[in-house]
Amino acid sequence: MSGFLLRRLGGALFVLLALSVVVYAAFYVAPGDVAQIACGPRCSPAQVAQVSEQLHLGDPVYVQYAHFLQALVTGHDYSTGTGVVHCQAPCLGLSYQSGQQVTQLIVAKLPATASLAVGAFVLWMVLGVGTGVLSVWRRGRVTERILTGITLAGMATPVFVIGLLLIIICVTALRILPFPDYVPFTEDPEQWAWNLLLPWISLALISAAPYARMTRASMLETLAEDHVRTFRAYGVGERTIVGRHALRGALAPVIALGALDVGSMFGGAVLTESLFGIPGVGRELVEAVKQVDLPVVVGLVLVTGFFVVLANAVADILQAMADRRVVLS
Amino acid sequence: MSLVEVTDLSISFGDVHAVRGLSFSLEAGGALGVVGESGSGKSASAYALLGLHRGTGAKVGGSVRVAGVDVQAAGDAELRGLRGAKAAMVFQDPLSSLDPYYAVGDQIAQVYRVHHRVSRRAARARAVEVLDRVGIPEAVRRSRSRPHEFSGGMRQRALIAMALACEPELLIADEPTTALDVTVQAQILDLLHDLRRETGMGLLLVTHDVGVAAESVDDVLVMRSGLAVERGPVAEVLGTPREPYTKALLAAVPRIAPAARAAVGADPVAPAGRAAEPERTGAEAEVLVEAADVRQVFGRGKSALAAVDGVSLTVRRGETLGIVGESGSGKTTLGRMLVGLLEPTSGRIGRAARVQMVFQDPVSSLNPRRSVGESVADPLRARGERDESAIRARVRDLLRRVGLDPEQYDRYPHEFSGGQRQRVGIARALAAEPELIVCDEAVSALDVTTQAQVTALLAELQQELGLALVFIAHDLAVVRQVSDRVAVMRRGRIVEEGPVERVYGDPADPYTKQLLAAVPALDPALAAVRRAARKELAAA
Repeated sequence: MSGFLLRRLGGALFVLLALSVVVYAAFYVAPGDVAQIACGPRCSPAQVAQVSEQLHLGDPVYVQYAHFLQALVTGHDYSTGTGVVHCQAPCLGLSYQSGQQVTQLIVAKLPATASLAVGAFVLWMVLGVGTGVLSVWRRGRVTERILTGITLAGMATPVFVIGLLLIIICVTALRILPFPDYVPFTEDPEQWAWNLLLPWISLALISAAPYARMTRASMLETLAEDHVRTFRAYGVGERTIVGRHALRGALAPVIALGALDVGSMFGGAVLTESLFGIPGVGRELVEAVKQVDLPVVVGLVLVTGFFVVLANAVADILQAMADRRVVLS
Repeated sequence: MSLVEVTDLSISFGDVHAVRGLSFSLEAGGALGVVGESGSGKSASAYALLGLHRGTGAKVGGSVRVAGVDVQAAGDAELRGLRGAKAAMVFQDPLSSLDPYYAVGDQIAQVYRVHHRVSRRAARARAVEVLDRVGIPEAVRRSRSRPHEFSGGMRQRALIAMALACEPELLIADEPTTALDVTVQAQILDLLHDLRRETGMGLLLVTHDVGVAAESVDDVLVMRSGLAVERGPVAEVLGTPREPYTKALLAAVPRIAPAARAAVGADPVAPAGRAAEPERTGAEAEVLVEAADVRQVFGRGKSALAAVDGVSLTVRRGETLGIVGESGSGKTTLGRMLVGLLEPTSGRIGRAARVQMVFQDPVSSLNPRRSVGESVADPLRARGERDESAIRARVRDLLRRVGLDPEQYDRYPHEFSGGQRQRVGIARALAAEPELIVCDEAVSALDVTTQAQVTALLAELQQELGLALVFIAHDLAVVRQVSDRVAVMRRGRIVEEGPVERVYGDPADPYTKQLLAAVPALDPALAAVRRAARKELAAA
């Protein structure tokens, strides 16, 4: 088991390194005056020269990349001409357009995004897996067809449609909820939850659909397996067979998909954040792309990648703990 | 009242009538073997005893009464009360028949709790008790293992333990030993035999293997295409069969005893005994393939496993070398090295001839999206033949040679039966004009009558073309039937090699003796003697 753990984490680290190389190359080795782009259109030639110096653009590409990596691991001191700014590890560089450090910028936005992602994740897993189980349990009956219809509708509906509908119903018409306004958890947990309820529900409603379909398909597959026949032949009831044996066998791909989705959601749920005015990573990314704020875009892509890889590794390790055959293979 | 009373049972899946008008009964404590080839409806009938066709789309007619329950009329709850408690079932593939995610003991305890209102702890204790009864060592500890941590034989024991948990009146065993090695099969059959004597439960044994039935049951019912052919006491049906089909079936079963073999080969034109023509494969015949101390190691470091561990052998023109061994003995790996599909890790293989291979599974070794003619033409094209009409003519020739209709050139593999597909595989091997064909379990997936036809074809081709054969199989009887010499493999090594008559008649190695003692005998009386011999061997 510990060997498996080491191998899996080592693999994750390797993927992250590869990702950083690709992202770095895509943005900094691309044609065009990188210093000018990073600094922004209003920079003076002197400022551009300083940025070029700070990014070590005069050095060979691999040295530039090495500096970038080193900053990530040990931090970096940037001279601003008048003094020195220390960027603590993990340092993702400076945003020359806003004058802030990229890491601090992202860290400031993460709590909102994390709140949205984790809450929605819990809700959509319960909803998705629950719907899947129910439609298998009632298979061949009307309930299943209705559930399948709803699921299909959920997959086809964009998040802003559901979000707007929810706002119109709950906020404007029924007035049971305030218009969402992000309150940090550390300030007031109760308000935090109330204000995030609508974003959670909208995100969960559309995200749950693929989970319901996958749970259903995967469970039906398990139900066709020999060991299910064994338990039927021993008088075990349908409820136990569906709830205990079929679900257990069906969860692996569902968990894997969940890890992928929740990980990428840490990189920001752009539409949902914009719709509900949540000051999260996703909105930051939109802004950065709009202004071609290169260091911020690179930083955000890396952070998203980090969470996806992390979530995947965690899912694999959970999988291995639940099913020891994974370790053997 | 009988324990099982089946009257006019019919089962159909869509347009396919799997079982037609089947009636039989089984008295309490009796043992009935249902024997038939694939597609005879024997498994479908067994499933009907527990009402397992319910909700599957199969149409079941007639009446089935098991342990006082009218299976056709019973409600779901009553049926669940029958399943596992009064009649329990053991399935063919013990790995897939247990849930991979739960400990074996928990699965047995779960079944026990379905039928008995007891605490989890008490159910768990019962699970350990039955696991211990079926001979799982350290039952307390092993009950916490998952199925994949068990060997094949232990899994089947665990499944039998599950069946025993509720002390059923009837045990239905559907091909319980088909997926197991012959020595393990013998252990499981002995276990079933002992359990039956001890608990007095009835046994309904479904099997394609006449020998397995002879070992285990009192009465036998022979089925063919959904109909009962013959029923009677096992010694009578197997000893003096009345029906032509039963006679043909028994004649096709490969024998391990030389006397029986002579009876099979009672063909006045070609006295088939290999021993009668030793000059054909004299020691002076040309050596086609020679392996010298070959090893094949899979994996590295601590997980390295020597699948073949220092094997030397020669194959001469025109002879048949049989290689027998149980699963994991390295026989297939050796075969692949002889053909050149695998390079040995060390050692040397000298090939002085064209070598081809015929594989076990004729379904998966033919491309389903290409016509059989094209598959057979592959080796010709691979050798650079470009003339389409020549290729077509040659393929038609080959198809005719293996007993297929050359007009079937453009048909696809799924349109053929298992035996026909294996003929296609042989035609494909012949296309390259080999001097040696390695047959890796080439007839293992086939029914006995088909098996007999394919081995006959191989023998015929061998005589006609002067082919050498390496015949790899786990079935000792088949190997005996076709081989001149035989090599017995175990754990990557050849433990014994020699002329078939010598190795089978007077085995020198203890493992060979053990293997031969494990082969089910067709004669129930002989089976009892063998069983005693196995007990002695085990005690020794």
